[in-house]
Amino acid sequence: MQHELTPELRTLQAEIEGHARDHGLDFFEIVYQVLDWEEINEVAAYGGYPVRYPHWRHGMQYTELSRSYAYGLSKIYEMVVNNDPTYAYLLAANHLVDQKLVMAHVCGHGDFFKHNFSFAHTNRKMMDGMANHAARVRRYMERHGEDEVERLLDRCLSIDNLIDYNAPHIKRHPSVPQTTEEPRRAPRKLRAKQYMDSYINPEAALEAEQERLDEAQRRDEHFPPHPEKDVMLFLLEHAPLKNWERDVLGIVREEAYYFAPQGRTKIMNEGWASYWHSTLMTTRILTPDEFIDYADHHSGTMAPYAGSLNPYKLGLELWRDIEERWNKGRYGAAWDECDSYQERQGWDTGEMKGRGKIFEVRRHYNDLTFIDEFLTADFVRKHGLFTYEFNPISGEYVISDRDFGAVKEKLLFQLTNFGQPWIEVTDGNFLNRGELVLGHRYEGVPLKLDFARETLENVQSLWKRPVHLETYIEDEPRLMSYDGEEHTSEKRTEG
Amino acid sequence: MVRRIERDRRRFEEIVRGRIKQDLKRHITRGELIGRKGNEIVSIPVPQIELPHFRYGRRETGGVGQGEGEIGQPIGGSQGDEGAGQAGDAPGQHIREVELTIQEMAEIMGEELELPRIQPKGSKSLTTPKNRYTGIKRAGPESLRSFKRTYKEALKRQIASGVYDPRRPRIVPVREDLRYRSYQQDPVAVANAVIVYMMDVSGSMGNEQKEIVRVESFWIDTWIRAHYDGLVTRYIIHDAQAHEVDRETFYTTRESGGTRISSAYQLATDMLAQDYPTDEWNVYLFHFSDGDNWGGGDDERCFQLLQERLLPAANLFGYGQVESRYGSGQFLHSLESHLSAENLVLSRIEDRDAILPSIKAFLGKGK
Repeated sequence: MQHELTPELRTLQAEIEGHARDHGLDFFEIVYQVLDWEEINEVAAYGGYPVRYPHWRHGMQYTELSRSYAYGLSKIYEMVVNNDPTYAYLLAANHLVDQKLVMAHVCGHGDFFKHNFSFAHTNRKMMDGMANHAARVRRYMERHGEDEVERLLDRCLSIDNLIDYNAPHIKRHPSVPQTTEEPRRAPRKLRAKQYMDSYINPEAALEAEQERLDEAQRRDEHFPPHPEKDVMLFLLEHAPLKNWERDVLGIVREEAYYFAPQGRTKIMNEGWASYWHSTLMTTRILTPDEFIDYADHHSGTMAPYAGSLNPYKLGLELWRDIEERWNKGRYGAAWDECDSYQERQGWDTGEMKGRGKIFEVRRHYNDLTFIDEFLTADFVRKHGLFTYEFNPISGEYVISDRDFGAVKEKLLFQLTNFGQPWIEVTDGNFLNRGELVLGHRYEGVPLKLDFARETLENVQSLWKRPVHLETYIEDEPRLMSYDGEEHTSEKRTEG
Repeated sequence: MVRRIERDRRRFEEIVRGRIKQDLKRHITRGELIGRKGNEIVSIPVPQIELPHFRYGRRETGGVGQGEGEIGQPIGGSQGDEGAGQAGDAPGQHIREVELTIQEMAEIMGEELELPRIQPKGSKSLTTPKNRYTGIKRAGPESLRSFKRTYKEALKRQIASGVYDPRRPRIVPVREDLRYRSYQQDPVAVANAVIVYMMDVSGSMGNEQKEIVRVESFWIDTWIRAHYDGLVTRYIIHDAQAHEVDRETFYTTRESGGTRISSAYQLATDMLAQDYPTDEWNVYLFHFSDGDNWGGGDDERCFQLLQERLLPAANLFGYGQVESRYGSGQFLHSLESHLSAENLVLSRIEDRDAILPSIKAFLGKGK
C-alpha cells in the first residue's frame, strides 16, 4: 500500500497550506499518510498512532469502527495527531473535495495544537513516545505474560482519570518529602517580668495556641500533607509496586496527561478547525462544481445529534459569534448596559477587531474558560440550547430548561474537571495502618456505585493494603471500603 | 504480515467469549434464541466492556443539548450510556450485541460444559455416490453422444485439412470426431445421524414443561449437529397413543389424556427398523416426560422395548423427566432400578436452571 500523497494531493496540500498561512495560521510541518479503510480504522483504534501498546480495548474500537464502516454507518474523514511534525491521515477512497476539506481542517488543528496554551507542555515527539511505550509493554508481556500485563493495564486505565489536569500549569507543593521528625512546636511567649507573666502570657491563651500548633503539626506530618489530586502519581511514588509495574503505571499516566488537553479543548479545537475549513473552502479553495458535495459533508459534520451537543457545531458557532461581536464592537460596558432591543440589533461600531480577537482567544483559553466567558444569553437563545435531565417516571431524558443560566451552569459543570468527580488522596496511612483513603469532593451528584466499587478494587490491587473512599450515598456521608476480599460501606461523620 | 490490531481484536473476542461463557446459563435458558435460528446467526447481548472509573451516572447529571422542543419533551435518539430498556434493574449494564453463528455458540457451550467430542459409531461417514455429467469422453454409448462437441470437432478437422468450403458448409463427422458426455461420481454426504425426540403431551405437561423440552432439545440438536455432516430429526408425541409429528406440532400440541410411554417406544422401534439400519446410522433417542405412566404393566413393556430393541440400536438414549405441577412421576425411578446400560442416561429437570446440567448429563458421555 502506497502511503504517500499522490502528486495531485501534494500540490493541493501546498496550495491549501499557502491559503492557511495567508490568514495567519501557523502550524508545524504536516505529514499526510494516505490509508485504505482497514488501515485508517486500525490507526483510529490506536488513537491516531500507528504503534501503541497492545490492549484489547483497541481491538474493541477496531471491531466497532470496521463494523460501522462496513454497514455504512460512519466513516472516518480525518484524523490528526498533536506532534511535531503533525501527522494526519487521509482515506484513500475519498473524493478530492473531501481531501481538500480534510486538509483545510487539519491546518486549523495544527495551528491550535501549536498555539493553545493547554498543549504547551505536551510532548511533541509523542509519535516516538507511544512507540517507545509500546516496546516496553511488549517486553513486559514477553517476560511476565500477556495476561498479567494486560490485567495491570486494565487496572491502571481504570484510574487514568485520577490525575491533576491542571498540574502542568501549577506548582502545587515542593516534591521533596519531609524526612526528619520535627520536635513539638511550642507557643512563643511574650517577654515579661516574672510577676507580670501570668497577665501577659495568660495560661488559657497559651493552651489555645499550643493546641493550634499541635493541630498544624499534625496536619503537616499527615501523609500526604495536602490532599493529592494526582492519585496516579501518589500510587507511583508510594504503592509497593515492582519496577515493571511502576513503569506501566507511569506509561498510562503519561499518556493520560498527553491526551488530557485534547479533551479539555474539544469544543474550541474542533470549532477552530471547522471555522477554518469553512472559511478557506468557501473563499479560496472550492471550485464551483464541488460546492454541493462540500456543503453536504460540511452540514453532515455539523449536524447536532439529539441529546448531545456537537462540539464541531457549538465551537464553530461560538468562534463566529466572537468574531462578529468584536467586529461590531458588541462587547464591553456600553454593550452590556444597553437594554434597548432596537439599539442592540443595529449595534455596529465598525471596529473590525474580530479576527484579532479569535486568534487571541485560541491561545489563552480552554473549553471551560471559553464557555464561561463567551457563551451569551443571545447565543443560547439563537442556537436553541437546552438542558435535559432524566425523568424517572417516563424513563426518558426530557428537556428541562432553556434558561441561559441553567444551560451555562450545566455546561460548565460538564467541563470542570472533565465533568468528572473530584477525587484525591486524603490519607495514605489511615488509622496508622497503611491504608489508603480517597476523598470525593461531593457536589450533590453521587458516583455511579457499581463502577465506584470496581474502581476501588483496582486501586486496592495496586495499593495492596485496604482502600477507602469517602463519598456520599443517597446524600449521606459514607465510607466505602475494600480490603481485597469484600466491600463494606459505613456511615461516617464529616471531619 | 499480521497486522498489529489483529492481536488486540483477537484478545477482545476472547474476552467477549469469556463473558458469554459466564452468562451462558442465562443465554441458554432463554428461549428466544431459537427464534433467530433462521439465518444461522444468533445475536447475543453481552455487557459492554467498559473499564470502570470513578464517574457520575448520566442519569444523575443530565446534560446540554441543542434543537427544538418544549420543556418536558423527551429528546429523541437512544441515549446510549445507561442502556435502554429495563431501567433500573442493573445499573451500568451496557448492552452490546455480539453476533455468533450457532456453530460458535455450540462450541462455547461445549467448552463450558466440558462436553467430549462425540465419537460417531463406525468410522466412515456415510456418503452416497451421485452421478453428474461433467466431462467429455471419446468413447461411449450412442445415447450420450454430444452433438455440439462432435460437430465442433468435425468443423475443426475440416478447416484444418482444407476440406471446409464456406459456400457449401457441409460438416461430416468421422469416427474420430465423435464425443460423448461422461459422468463423474461425486460423493455426497448424507445424513448418518438421526435424533428421535419423544415427548409426553399428556394433560399434566404444561407450557412451562414444554418450553423446557424445547430449549433443551434445541441445544442437544445444536451440539449433535456440530458433529455430523447430516442430521435427521424426527418427532414423536404421545399420550396414550403415539404419533409422529413435525417440529412445529411437537412443541405446540397439547393433548390431554393418559400416558402410555410404551406407545412412543414402540413407534420409535418401528421407525428405526424401517428407516435407519443401525449399522449405518448413529441413533440418538431422547424422551421427555413427567414420568407419570399408566400402570397395568406398561412400565414393563417399556423396559422390554428398551432392553431388546432401542438400547442396542442407539448411541444414546436420554430420558429427561420434567417436574410438572402435579409433581413428578415414578418412571425415572423405575427405569433406574430396572435397567442399567452404558448408553442410557437419566436426568431430572426440575426447572429451567436444571437445563444446563441436564444437557451435560446427556451429552457428557461423548457418544
